Amino acid sequence: MTAPLARLMDVTKSFAGLERPALDSITATINAGRLTGIVGPDGAGKTTMIRLLTGLVQPDSGAVEVLGADAKTNPGAVQAAIGYMPQRFGLYEDLSVQENLDLYADLQGLSETERQASFDRLLDFTDLKPFRERLAGKLSGGMKQKLGLACALLRRPRLLLLDEPSVGVDPVSRRELWAMVRALVDPETAIVWSTSYLDEAERCDETLLLTHGQLLYTGPPAGLTERVRGRIFRLHPAAAEKRSVLQALESDPAIADAVLQGDSIRVMTRPDASPQTRVLQGASPAAPRFEDAFVDRLGGSHAGPSPLGEAMRTIAASDAPVIEARGLTKRFGDFVAAQDITFQVRPGEVFGLLGPNGAGKSTTFKMLCGLLTPSGGEGHVAGFDLRRAAPMARSRLGYMAQKFSLYSELSVRQNLEFFAGIYGLKGAHRRSRIDTMLDVFELGALAHRNAGTLSLGFKQRLALASALLHEPEALFLDEPTSGVDPLARREFWSHINALVKKNVAVLVTTHFMEEAEYCDRISLIYRARLVAEGSPDALKAQVRGADLPDPTMEDAFIRLIERNDAQRDAA
Amino acid sequence: MNAARPHGAFSRIAALARKESKQIWRDPSSAVIVLFLPLFLLFLFGYGISLDAASVRIGIVIEEREPDAESLANAYLTAPDFAARIYESQALAEVALQANRLRGFLVIPSDFSQRLRARGSGPAQIYIITDGSQPNTAEIVANYSQGVLGAWTTQFARDQGLSAEPALTIEPRFWFNEDLRTRYNLVPGSIALVMTIIGTLLTALVMAREWERGTLEAVFATPVTSLELLASKLIPYFLLALATMAACVLAAVFLFGVPFRGSFLAILALTAAFLAPALGQGLLISSAAKNQFVASQLALFSGFLPAMLLSGFMFEIDSMPAPIQAITTIVPARYFVSGLQTVFLAGDVWSVLLPAIAKMLGLGAVMLFFAWRLTPKRIA
Amino acid sequence: MWARILSLITKELLALLRDPRGRMVLIAPPLIQLFVFTFAATLEVRNVDIAIVNLDQGRWGRELVSRIDAAPTFDEVISLASIGEIAPAIDSRRVLAAIEIPQDFSREIEAGRPARAQIILDGRRANASQILFGYVNRIVGAVGAEARPRPLLTEGIVRHWFNPNLIYRWFMVPALVAIISMLTGIVVTTLSVARERELGTFDQLLVSPLTPLEIMIGKIAPGFLIGAAQGTLFIGLAVFVFAIPLSGSLPLLYVAMVFFLAAVLGVGLFISSISSTQQQAIIGAFAFIAPAIMLSGFGAPIENMPGWLQVFTLINPLRHFLVVVHGVFLKDMPALEILANTYPLVIIAAVTLPAAAWMFRARTQ
Repeated sequence: MTAPLARLMDVTKSFAGLERPALDSITATINAGRLTGIVGPDGAGKTTMIRLLTGLVQPDSGAVEVLGADAKTNPGAVQAAIGYMPQRFGLYEDLSVQENLDLYADLQGLSETERQASFDRLLDFTDLKPFRERLAGKLSGGMKQKLGLACALLRRPRLLLLDEPSVGVDPVSRRELWAMVRALVDPETAIVWSTSYLDEAERCDETLLLTHGQLLYTGPPAGLTERVRGRIFRLHPAAAEKRSVLQALESDPAIADAVLQGDSIRVMTRPDASPQTRVLQGASPAAPRFEDAFVDRLGGSHAGPSPLGEAMRTIAASDAPVIEARGLTKRFGDFVAAQDITFQVRPGEVFGLLGPNGAGKSTTFKMLCGLLTPSGGEGHVAGFDLRRAAPMARSRLGYMAQKFSLYSELSVRQNLEFFAGIYGLKGAHRRSRIDTMLDVFELGALAHRNAGTLSLGFKQRLALASALLHEPEALFLDEPTSGVDPLARREFWSHINALVKKNVAVLVTTHFMEEAEYCDRISLIYRARLVAEGSPDALKAQVRGADLPDPTMEDAFIRLIERNDAQRDAA
Repeated sequence: MNAARPHGAFSRIAALARKESKQIWRDPSSAVIVLFLPLFLLFLFGYGISLDAASVRIGIVIEEREPDAESLANAYLTAPDFAARIYESQALAEVALQANRLRGFLVIPSDFSQRLRARGSGPAQIYIITDGSQPNTAEIVANYSQGVLGAWTTQFARDQGLSAEPALTIEPRFWFNEDLRTRYNLVPGSIALVMTIIGTLLTALVMAREWERGTLEAVFATPVTSLELLASKLIPYFLLALATMAACVLAAVFLFGVPFRGSFLAILALTAAFLAPALGQGLLISSAAKNQFVASQLALFSGFLPAMLLSGFMFEIDSMPAPIQAITTIVPARYFVSGLQTVFLAGDVWSVLLPAIAKMLGLGAVMLFFAWRLTPKRIA
Repeated sequence: MWARILSLITKELLALLRDPRGRMVLIAPPLIQLFVFTFAATLEVRNVDIAIVNLDQGRWGRELVSRIDAAPTFDEVISLASIGEIAPAIDSRRVLAAIEIPQDFSREIEAGRPARAQIILDGRRANASQILFGYVNRIVGAVGAEARPRPLLTEGIVRHWFNPNLIYRWFMVPALVAIISMLTGIVVTTLSVARERELGTFDQLLVSPLTPLEIMIGKIAPGFLIGAAQGTLFIGLAVFVFAIPLSGSLPLLYVAMVFFLAAVLGVGLFISSISSTQQQAIIGAFAFIAPAIMLSGFGAPIENMPGWLQVFTLINPLRHFLVVVHGVFLKDMPALEILANTYPLVIIAAVTLPAAAWMFRARTQ
């Protein structure tokens, strides 16, 4: 039997200005020898829960006990004994790796001998030894997280709290980080890892599943996935029909969930549906995932077909590309950020740009929507050269940034008015477009609320509505659904699906593998170059082998990058 | 527990203070604030604000061509404080006054020499017209003009063999600043202003920056107490501000030629005492405002403006309305201004310096206390 | 094009004014500044303490003391017993000045010889001392005229035009119209681009069909409108609350204000374009505002500055606009003179705006 290292007892915590509590009567335990995942979408209460465990936040009611001390009355004792890595770990960017370690060693009160042993152990462990003198600000995202972890581990704490350590970290570094943390689990130690990536939940020993401040599930992840065993299937429609099939499935009462997964569709039936339902002909059973179970626990997807299709004009189908990169190159001084990138996106196609951080995918994306001027090559949108006819090109594209660039002081309607205005919509047409968007995205009731007070899901809807007011031919999406809950993600992609059927061309940049699965074609960009291109299934096929009979998108990503490194070393 | 060991506290403060110093050293923007900005401001104040009127532009309108009138006009033309020129008519001089080309003009009327020579018809009058839209300059024009007239009249009477001596005179002696150079008191006052900006703005910004970048959360989750955290912020910036002060004093003495009659010890004590409320105010602001924009606005509004207006640097505190005078008693710069002017010009007058130091330390204690109470180890 | 710019301006104004804190920042500090500046700033010397050592037993010594006693300038008149007590009283800033009346004071007057008193003033407060000496000298002159009436040979009759009583407020409030509308315009403009950069909404503007020129106009217009609105509010307060005469042409004042704000906002946008964070924008704005105020003739007349610095002040828009504001308010300045002081503003604007446009374009490509 494992002993609880920390306990939350009927804890409620509210913040001023929020409608519901960030955490609502939560009771949970963190056990030694276990890697516990706090899992849930953004805004679920993960960070609040971790901060309660550090004593940095006090509960409104209930009690928090950590390593035998009461976090409310004796936060000092708690803080002296735990290791904590906040979401944006507070590395001092103008201090070197070694200086950051020294600082935290001093703050933790490590003696001289302890310190040397600790540093050696941790620098080895994190592979940061060669970078000791480098400023923390100059490290990559993955290395920063490793350094943050090292600082939190200086005293070998019995309770290690990691708040979303994998945010902003590409899949390769994410795997390394997982391996490192896994290796830390021993019978005396408990590790808490919070995440919004549901695939990470499956790697935990225990999960605490949170949404909207409620604890939905506690226990090993398999316990949750078990509930949907036997209800997961994979359909293989013809490539041209997959979006129509998906729409049909979304409105089928027997189907709890349907998502694109490369060329196939992943389907979950409702528990009461007969497994012989007609739509599942030709389907193969598949292993359940944590995400399936989460969606099921939330009552299944309610996305349904998006009404957005009716609100958008149909763009003439054509073979002419809507978005085109021809030998795009960007240099910043001596540094080449993107080199000779060429690809085309045709009407009705979803095209993904994938790659590790700093590989050049954002640079390419920015050149194509006109945010950066290329040093060489050309970018075209809707036939207009971005360099010579930039305003014409820009009036044909819609853009949705990762952080939903809305004006938070303006109301929902004022935001829409503003974007309609700068895209030159006038008079009755403007009013009708705005009203249509308010209807389609069910924002009517919130029209007078300030955009800054909306929940993440509604912000996302408003951002998409703002980008579509002028019925663009090309839509640019920058990590559109990172951190949102799986239901909101399904809803978002059902809107995108509807746009694609109207022949809008969509360019997505992401390192979120679920998003990559929605794409028709993907370009993998690594070290400033385009290293692989093809449909998600084609990329997976490239890495399929005896050791990997059924590679995931993440496997494909990692293998292709390793392969590129190997070729490079050989050359 | 570790947190209770005092030597633990010292090593933590030292670690944080070391970190802070490295950051200051590496961040070019703090060098701008610490060295460039103070000297730039001191330079502006030193050259930009001078109340020592020199070559005030005045016009002279002579309505008669008699030797007496010419002689008086000549006295104005050669007076060192004026840059005077003759205007053909009063109308022309009026236009020039309206157009800001003149600060004032004199009219020597057509009956001037006649009244001067014919006793009994009352004094010979001249008119001194000033531009009242600049009250300060107008006053100076009026006083200087009267002075020139008085001197010319005395000389005239003497030439005529008349007794011209007034029954009694009062001889002024300006202690500490014999030639009445306003720069001598404006430069020490400016140093107080500059140090307020440095002390308050810089500390307000560095704490706000830590809040914004999220670096405080990780530090909070260690055994560090908020008192230790504040101490670690105070020490490096205290030393830094002393360096700024040294630069300012050197500039004042060698660049602006302000005499320095006090002792090193006195100015050190005064500066150290002033930094307590100045840095404390910065920390207090940043504990209330956790973003840099609001912090900078508050620092300017609660630090810079009172230091400029309510410290006695530009305007006499005694002459202000009573409620505003009451506010000035909690402006630390007020005590620093009078202390600095004393140390520079009068020397170590402890009867001025000790109360000033005591009041600044008192204000500092209050501000630091509130900064400490308002910087809990809490995120929310 | 204009419809797009109008949307942008509407958005900027809404973003500034919908937030109650934003509204407070735009309204409260300027008003507090106006009132505190106006009441704190006075160059008169009042309520100061003065010491007197009267060693004279005679009538004239007593007469002088009683006149000083009766003067409204002094708060407290302290009588000292000996000259030795003067130094501590001055050193410790107990008194601003000390008058020393010698033993033979009355005797000399009675004998028809010039009597001399002495006043010691605190040179640390040079300006106040100088003004105080002027007051005392006038009192002494009056006593002297009584002691020995003699025909006055000459008399200078002083007339302060445009502000007969030299009310300092008449100078201060119009100057604040210029300074505060400049402050607001600069702060609104410099922060608007940096804030959008930090929040990521700037990219959203750049991918829209708006051209850099349109964005620039949209960014300048709010600072312009708010600066002008504040200027108007302060002109109203000056006339109706502070009862300051407005003698000249209001339309011409607005013409000059348009070019003044254009020149200043060009600088603001330039700073905004080169700063990537709000902190840099704040420091940049401060680095412009401090010299602009110090070298404008507001704190001290420009002719008191060294020659090379006087030349430098010519590029300061506030310097030229202050002349116009004071001219229009107090001096009924002729149109030609207003225009003569406006054309430097036109030239400065013609440099700062294109420079800002060039930098803005360079930084957004």
